[in-house]
Amino acid sequence: MRLPLRFGCAALAALLLMTGCYAVTLDRDLNLTPEMLAQRQVQTRRFDTADEQRILKTCAALLQDTGFNIDESETRLGILTASKERDATDPVQWAVFLTAAIFLGVPIPPDKDQVMKAFVTTRPVGAEGRQVAVRVVFERAVYDTDGRLTKIEPLTEPRMYQTFFEKLSKALFLEAHDF
Amino acid sequence: MTSDRLKQTLPLVFSLLFLVASCATTHDRLLDMETSQVQLRSIQSRAFDTTDKEKTMRAIIATLQDLGFMLDRADYTLGVVTASKARGDSYQMQAPAALRITVTVRPRGEKQLLVRASAEYLRSPVTEAKPYQNFFNSLEKAMFLEAHQVD
Repeated sequence: MRLPLRFGCAALAALLLMTGCYAVTLDRDLNLTPEMLAQRQVQTRRFDTADEQRILKTCAALLQDTGFNIDESETRLGILTASKERDATDPVQWAVFLTAAIFLGVPIPPDKDQVMKAFVTTRPVGAEGRQVAVRVVFERAVYDTDGRLTKIEPLTEPRMYQTFFEKLSKALFLEAHDF
Repeated sequence: MTSDRLKQTLPLVFSLLFLVASCATTHDRLLDMETSQVQLRSIQSRAFDTTDKEKTMRAIIATLQDLGFMLDRADYTLGVVTASKARGDSYQMQAPAALRITVTVRPRGEKQLLVRASAEYLRSPVTEAKPYQNFFNSLEKAMFLEAHQVD
């Protein structure tokens, strides 16, 4: 009777840990797929300005406001990358960890820290470059309580990108009107 | 007596030395010389009919972003872009940056730019043609230009 329970727990833990992850392969990861292009839609907004540099400056300020440190930038190419370290403790994972440790005697170290990265690009678009397209990509790397890297995943939730662009619009509006 | 022992151990010492010598040394790895340089350069390079370096570099960066890479470095003056991509969980995680690529842009004659990409996958150089072919196919779409094979 005890065995099925064990298997159930193990399967549940494995499921929780493995959802939505895949490893990078040479065959797949240098090919454009429709999913990648769909991501581009979610991660891009156009702004009515010809001033690409101003947008980039505002992005830098916005990232700083949200606790990011700027890692790399090249104004001439419209690039900005930033990162921050944050806590990654997940109550559900701790529950699984405790269950696994008590019933199976298998400690699966839960997540502790994460490094969140942002990669912003800007480019002039539209007729005579009257608009600037801004694209931002977020991803995170998670480390467990032993300091081991446990996962690297893209952050794909559309809400995150919506919030970023709402904040960016607001910041651009505020700047333009010099409050 | 001693010379007998020497005779016995000598082959062993030599075979050990041979084994050590046949291993890749730091020198070999630093200046990787596994494939023919000329052949590799041709696999990794394409020429585009444009002289617009900025536009080309922007297209490279946009392509890498489309492919899910995170940018590590970019320098307009040097014409260099480095980006990496890693995905996975603890069961698959072999190296923090699973796929890393450096792309350089430089003039080729009066009317062309030469784009060269070199990739590293799980701590080894990528020497097969297919991954580069895939990358340049993706780049062509962002450039709206045909990538020409060079010798």
